[in-house]
Parts: sequence; structure tokens; C-alpha cells
Amino acid sequence: MNSTAETRSAIPMVDAQSVHKRFGRLEVLKGITMTVPAGAVVCLIGPSGSGKSTFLRCINHLEKIDAGRLYVDGELVGYREKNETLYELKDKEVCNKRAEIGMVFQQFNLFPHFTAMQNLIESPIRVKGETKAAATERARELLAQVGLEEKADSYPRQLSGGQQQRVAIARALAMDPKLMLFDEPTSALDPELVGDVLAVMKGLAEQGMTMVVVTHEMGFAREVADAVYFMDGGVIVESGRPVAVLNNPQHERTQLFLSKVL
Amino acid sequence: MTHAPSTAESELRTPGDSSPDAPHGASGEAIRAVPVRHYWRWVGAIAALLLAAAVIRLFVLSPNIDWDAVREFLTVHRILAGLRLTIIYTILSMALAIFLAVLMAVMRMSVNPVLSTISWLYIWLFRGTPALLQILFWFNIGLVIPKLWIGIPFTDFFLEADTNRVITTSVAAVLALGVCEGAYLAEIVRAGIQSVEFGQTEAALALGMKRSLAFRRIILPQAMRAIIPPTGNEFIGMLKTTSLVSVIAARELMTEAQNIAAQNFLTIELLIVAASWYLLVTTVMTVGQFYIERYYARGSSNRDLPPTPIQRMRTSFRRLLAPGGRPAGGLGATGPGGVDTIGGRPS
Repeated sequence: MNSTAETRSAIPMVDAQSVHKRFGRLEVLKGITMTVPAGAVVCLIGPSGSGKSTFLRCINHLEKIDAGRLYVDGELVGYREKNETLYELKDKEVCNKRAEIGMVFQQFNLFPHFTAMQNLIESPIRVKGETKAAATERARELLAQVGLEEKADSYPRQLSGGQQQRVAIARALAMDPKLMLFDEPTSALDPELVGDVLAVMKGLAEQGMTMVVVTHEMGFAREVADAVYFMDGGVIVESGRPVAVLNNPQHERTQLFLSKVL
Repeated sequence: MTHAPSTAESELRTPGDSSPDAPHGASGEAIRAVPVRHYWRWVGAIAALLLAAAVIRLFVLSPNIDWDAVREFLTVHRILAGLRLTIIYTILSMALAIFLAVLMAVMRMSVNPVLSTISWLYIWLFRGTPALLQILFWFNIGLVIPKLWIGIPFTDFFLEADTNRVITTSVAAVLALGVCEGAYLAEIVRAGIQSVEFGQTEAALALGMKRSLAFRRIILPQAMRAIIPPTGNEFIGMLKTTSLVSVIAARELMTEAQNIAAQNFLTIELLIVAASWYLLVTTVMTVGQFYIERYYARGSSNRDLPPTPIQRMRTSFRRLLAPGGRPAGGLGATGPGGVDTIGGRPS
């Protein structure tokens, strides 16, 4: 299943074993098994409603899973296992683990009452206890990295969609995450703004960041991803190297989906 | 368009286009046209003015209103003391109401069913009964609970007092008004909190914030924008609602006005005195509300803030004085120029 070229002995960054999730009577995830090695970039593709976003949100425990096991960096998400009994983690422990995972949303979700700079330094100061000076310095570096150094004092509404999303990526990076989750980061953007955001993500991948990306950008998947997973109806239909899945899909459903989006 | 258009093209010209062969207004010249006259508007306005004048005349020239007495009692000591108490009651009961409202709004949204039910019951009870009734109830609470006591178990600390000595008229007034108002405000606060997108909570949690931190730093500040305007309204409403506590003789403005009237039978005159003070204070509060709302609108929109009345006046004044300026656009006109002077820039 895991076709990436990383060493298999190392602890994978994300290890999902038959993950199930239901909302009421609707089963959204019907047994997702997937391994993301440290440093790998994995793209989840598939039609809307296939469970991609839900799975992503399970990884940082924004959603609780109902069955299966989900590990991030070797540790169970949301629970502690002792003598074959699961204990729910306290809020504080859940928060500490979330702080190590960056997340970028389709709708950016920047804090509108804060400037770009304040958006970046809020969590490092109040969650990680960094000094304001250190956080500000790091934030300036990150804003420079996403090409928005001069927008530090702008409010989100004064920025374009693409700029907002890049600030949102910088905000997630400000927490020094070991894993980044992207939930359709370019779907809400005007076509001409998509490129800037993808460029930032590509740069991040080149730096060795482990990334799980839900996307409809097949070009990005082909160029950057180590593995592509095609999901439909809450299951993984097909997975493998981007060239294999995108150019030569084996499964009928994958073929149908790709014929529509490509 | 620089080239001469063909006939077919000129027929397709959109209104915004101009071309050399257009007969008039080709160079973007301002339109000068005779405006339509709205005669019926004038008729309506004159009729309304006459009616208003008649009503005012009826009061001003009425032989039954002693205007000298009104002027005299406007600043009499008892009235001013009553006004002072009215303002104190307003502020104290609103403070109590705001505290209760935030507490109840948070409890109402709690996942703990006991807390949310208690909050629901509070709002149900105090919003569902008349304020006047609640005032009388608090005033007479001593009939139900004759003694109040407070003690710490396993220590000697114990205090006891007659309810009627603790719940004085003033305390009853503030408690009744504050608790009643809190029920309304709780719903305003809850609506404000719920108006903040869920994505904000999610983003905060994803950054590792605890729920309490996310609420305090991310949700509440954004909710304020929705909470402030109706709260200002409630503040003004409260100033007038304090007049209800005259039923327990709380010595505020309304009580005093009625007490004086009971002695000298100048009923209408003292009602006019009280009305004047209520109007004056609500006017001041309305102005204050304008500035507070303007402050919280910052960052909520990338447009310029609306000019304050003072800025508007200054702009008009400057335009009148400006050499070569067109006074026609002067008084009352709030063109784009009105926004220019926000930063106090000399024009």
C-alpha cells in the first residue's frame, strides 16, 4: 500500500488503521488505512462527500473517530491506551497535541480582528509561552517566506484571498508543526491566485515538511506528492505514486472521476 | 474609442461609451437638466408643518400649563437628586445585567445539560413576567425570606440580618431591574456569540488553543460588534425603565416628580420637567452610542468609517469658506469630500 520511498523502519508521521467515522446514521469513513512517512507529501483526491476532509479533521482530533486506530508520530490521537483500555485525553493534552499539527482551511479562517502579524503571534505567545519579541521575529521570517513581509500590519479584509491563505499557512507554521494538514487550500481562490499558494506549499514540501493535502489541483499532486489516494464513498479506492494513479488509474471510479476533473 | 465607429457599431454602443460624433456631452461634460418638480411633496410638507405648529401652539400657549413653574422645578434640588439616582440605578442595574447576561449566555451554550437548563429557566422566568411585577416582588421578598444569613461550614463565621434591612428600596430596585434586563441581554449576547463563524473556533482549536482561550481572545471580541449596538439600545431603554421603580418610592426622578406634584398639584408641569431630563440624558447617550459603534466598526470593513457629525459640519463649513468653492453643495451635503477630512488633513 505504502509506495513511497521512505524507510519503513522509522515511525510513520500518520498511521491510520481501519478508521471509521459516522455522523448519526451516516457512515462517512468506512475503514481508512493509510501510512504517511515523515517528510512525505500525500494528496487525497476524490469527489466531494467522499470523506477526505473528515479524515483530515480526524488527524488533529477535530473529529472523534468511532472505530479503528489513528496514530500521529507514534502516539494515539485523542486517547491513551493502557492495558488494552482506551482513556480519553484531557482537553489540555489534546490541545498540546493539536499545537504540533498545523492546519490550513479552505476558507482561510484568519482572525479578522487581528492584523496579519497578530494572527501569527497569538498562538505562539499564548499556547507555547514564547516571548512577544521572539514570536514577532519568527513571524517576520515566516511572512517573508510566504512573500508577504510588507503586509504584517494589514487586516485580513485588506488582503486578497491568495494573500489571506498564505498568511494562514504562515500562521500554522508559526507553531513549528511537525505535520501540516491542508483542507482544499486553493478551492476558494480566484484562478489567478492559486499559483502563489501552491508555490508556497511546494516550497514547504521541498523543505521536508510532512504534508497531507486534500486538493483538486491534479497538477500539484502530480508534481509534488509522493503518494496520491483516491477516496470515494468513505473508502480508499486506489492509491499509489501520482503517475500511476493519475495517468493510469486501474479502478473504474477513479477513471470516471479523473475524466471529469482533468 | 479613437476610431470612427461604423453605423452598425454605433448602434451597439453602450451608454458609457462616448464617441466623436455624439451630439452632446461627448467630452464627459456634467449633465445640466431641469429637475422634475414634485409639487405634492411641498403640499404634504406644508400640511405636516401646519399640524405640528398647531400642536406645539396648543401646549406652549395653553393657559393650563404654568411654564414658569416648569422652568423653576427643572433645577430644583429634589429633581436633580432624583436625576442622579436615576442615572446611578441605570448604571448599576446595567452592570449587573451585563454580568448575568454573559454568564447565562455561556451557560446556555454549555454542553452541560444542567447549566444550559438553568440558564433557559432564568431567561424563561424573568423575560416572561412583567418588570413592574418583579420590582414589587423583590421589594417584598422579606415576606418570603424574613432573614438572610451567610456562613462558612466548620467555622465560627456566621452572619445574619433581617431581609428588609439588606434589601432596601435601592437594592430591590437595582436587583429587579438588573435581573430582569439580564434575561434580555443574555439573548443578545448569545446571538452575538453565535454570529461568529464556526470556522473561527475551529481555526483557534487547530492552533492548540483551549476552548476558554479561544472564547476570550477570538470569539468574544468578534461577537462584540454584534452585541454593542443592541446593548446601547438597552441602556437607553433602561434609563426610562427605572421610572417603574417609582412604585416602590425609590426616590429617583419619576418618584420625585410625582411627589412634588402631589404637594402642589402641578401634575403636567412636573411630568414635563421629568420628560425634559429623560430626553436630555437619552440624547447624550445616543451620541455616545454613535461613537462606541463607530469604534467597534473598525477592522470590520475596508471602507472608510462614516464621518462624525462634527466632521461633517467642519467639511461643510470649510467648503463654504473655500475661495471659488461652490456654496451650493455646502450645507448638509456629504459628498466624498466628507470622508477626506477624517484624518484632520487640511484640504
